[in-house]
Amino acid sequence: MKMNLLNLKSAVAIVALMAGTGLVSCGGGGSTSGSDSTASGNSDDNTLTGAGSTFDYPLFSKVFSEYNKINGLKVNYQSIGSGGGILQLTNKTVDFGASDAPMNGKQDSGISAPVIHIPVTAGAVVLGYNLPDVKDTLKLSPDVLADIFLGTITKWNDPKITALNKGVKLPATAILIAHRSDGSGTTNIFTTYLAKVSKDWNTKVGKGSAVNWPAGLGGKGNEGVSGLVKQTPGAIGYIELAYAVQNNMAFAKMQNKTGNFITPSIASVTAAANITIPPDSKVSLTNTDAADGYPISGFSWVLIYKEQKYNNRSLDRATKLLKLLSWTIHDGQQFSGALNYAPLSPAAVSVGDAILKSATYDGKPILQ
Amino acid sequence: MDTSVEKGIVTRNDLPLRVINSTPEGIFKAKRRVKRSFRQIRTETVFRRTLTIMGLLMIILVLGILLTLIIQSLPSIKSLGLKYLWGKVWDPVQDIYGAWPFLLGTLLSSFLALIISIPFSLAVAVFLGEYFPKGWMPDFLKNAVELIAAVPSVIYGFWGLAVLVPIVRNLETHIGVEPVGVGIFSSSLILAIMIIPYAASLGRSMIQMVPSPLKEAAYGLGATRWEVIRSVVLPYTKSGLFAGILLSLGRALGETMAVTMVIGNTSLIPKNIFAPGNTMASVIANEFTEADKPVYLSALIELGLVLFLVTVVINLIGKKIIDRFTNE
Repeated sequence: MKMNLLNLKSAVAIVALMAGTGLVSCGGGGSTSGSDSTASGNSDDNTLTGAGSTFDYPLFSKVFSEYNKINGLKVNYQSIGSGGGILQLTNKTVDFGASDAPMNGKQDSGISAPVIHIPVTAGAVVLGYNLPDVKDTLKLSPDVLADIFLGTITKWNDPKITALNKGVKLPATAILIAHRSDGSGTTNIFTTYLAKVSKDWNTKVGKGSAVNWPAGLGGKGNEGVSGLVKQTPGAIGYIELAYAVQNNMAFAKMQNKTGNFITPSIASVTAAANITIPPDSKVSLTNTDAADGYPISGFSWVLIYKEQKYNNRSLDRATKLLKLLSWTIHDGQQFSGALNYAPLSPAAVSVGDAILKSATYDGKPILQ
Repeated sequence: MDTSVEKGIVTRNDLPLRVINSTPEGIFKAKRRVKRSFRQIRTETVFRRTLTIMGLLMIILVLGILLTLIIQSLPSIKSLGLKYLWGKVWDPVQDIYGAWPFLLGTLLSSFLALIISIPFSLAVAVFLGEYFPKGWMPDFLKNAVELIAAVPSVIYGFWGLAVLVPIVRNLETHIGVEPVGVGIFSSSLILAIMIIPYAASLGRSMIQMVPSPLKEAAYGLGATRWEVIRSVVLPYTKSGLFAGILLSLGRALGETMAVTMVIGNTSLIPKNIFAPGNTMASVIANEFTEADKPVYLSALIELGLVLFLVTVVINLIGKKIIDRFTNE
């Protein structure tokens, strides 16, 4: 019996020890575990790691594999979502993060060193709808769109909609709103636009990658939303441009700031981005002044630390990272069109260049 | 057994009374035997120790998960307090988080699924356990039921969205509720199908374990098959059947992927069982990747903690009920 008790005691001690170490490492959070992780501890200096936006993923896989053919550099990109990418960068477990929204104030205060945003591509959010009897392309204005998503316009033959679509016979079907149920950069672009054009939306709902929707159903991912739209007559939902094009969905023309009705396309998104871009590139492309620009579009950014000497990173590694990013915003842009991404506008590329040159290693600029 | 020693018969129960032969070979043999039994004892100790460690590891694991959930949800508990549980608004933009709509959605969809599934799982269990335990048809049915448990939940989700939702939408137009198709009812139907195997296979093995003398006695008294099932098999197995139902409820509470695809994902409080809603597991899966504020992330983890506690409470209640049943 005594023997038994002793065994039990030693077993408890061993397990307690194990649990103790385990708990310390999870309780301590990412900052401690990050220091011994991939970015610095990676012995393979020819592999860079990145994490973030799922929107960027198809473009990145193409661009990075092309770059690998030329320079032999491997890039391991994990598409875990923009928020996750920022978190991984904060924990210094990746070389770069990618996000569809610039870092917000709370994320900025949580990070130990300044981060720079480099625009890499632009995307648009389109409004797909299901009206089987309507053959013409539907036209929508900002106010009407906001009213639909606020739930104040409930029927398709509402006078506000018919006034925009003269000569089109709209049915008396109820409008069913489909939105994203998962937090997403697409939602962020869409709600940023609505908050910009509608006071009601700004006060009642606001903007973010997930919001409290006043009406409608949620679908997971672009496929979830387009599934709801395709299945339900009278449905309207917002989807990424690339996804809508690939799936042959009907989408609406949007009225932009100058009053033109613009069909979303790669060209009209690039046009929307051809505006004066601030030096930090953290600008929303929604409702821009561009006369032929599609109003619901946005940049996607790569995020890196401004000072690249952290966690014993080598100068070599930092240089490789910056060369890769520089290639991405120049030569890499040729792959955008085929994948339905909007290439960066000349204004965006020159701002991106300036930002990349501001990155330093031990205080000295890396790219000349 | 007590009488075996008195009768002079040595059985395995009387090992301490083993007599050792005193001839040299006998002693040598006995020594070898003793040596071997020392090794046996050591093996025994190591084996027991391994079992203890494994058992303790499981406890540590569960406690570790609970502790992690509590620590990570501290920021949210601090800023929102207990109001979190019955708050009706989930607004990530203004950092207002209330879990009530999701708590309600989880309980509604799971219990509805349970109610729908019980007749089927009981019928399958009785059919396979009592009526046709052997043969190609029951084997086929048994495998089919087990296959239901092996199908990935995302496939149920797609099937539900493509096939079940239009049917439900049709039904909704007939009974006059808003014809949305997706909602609590659709997700309960999908969940009901998914959880049938858990209660059915546990119930089947329980029913097969009913001692045949009991059943034979009942038949001998002139009972019909239905009467045997009602008054012998079911009372004998009720704790096991209930445990199976509890297991399937646990599965329904935690199911994520299939539910999120057909429940409609709105944070409004469901008005009836056909209305769209959301569950806690589904909200976590949907919003976790893009939770970009510390309180938001913490509120989602707290949702996980609430789900954990709900499961624990339901299990405890279930255990109590099983105890009541077996003590009767």
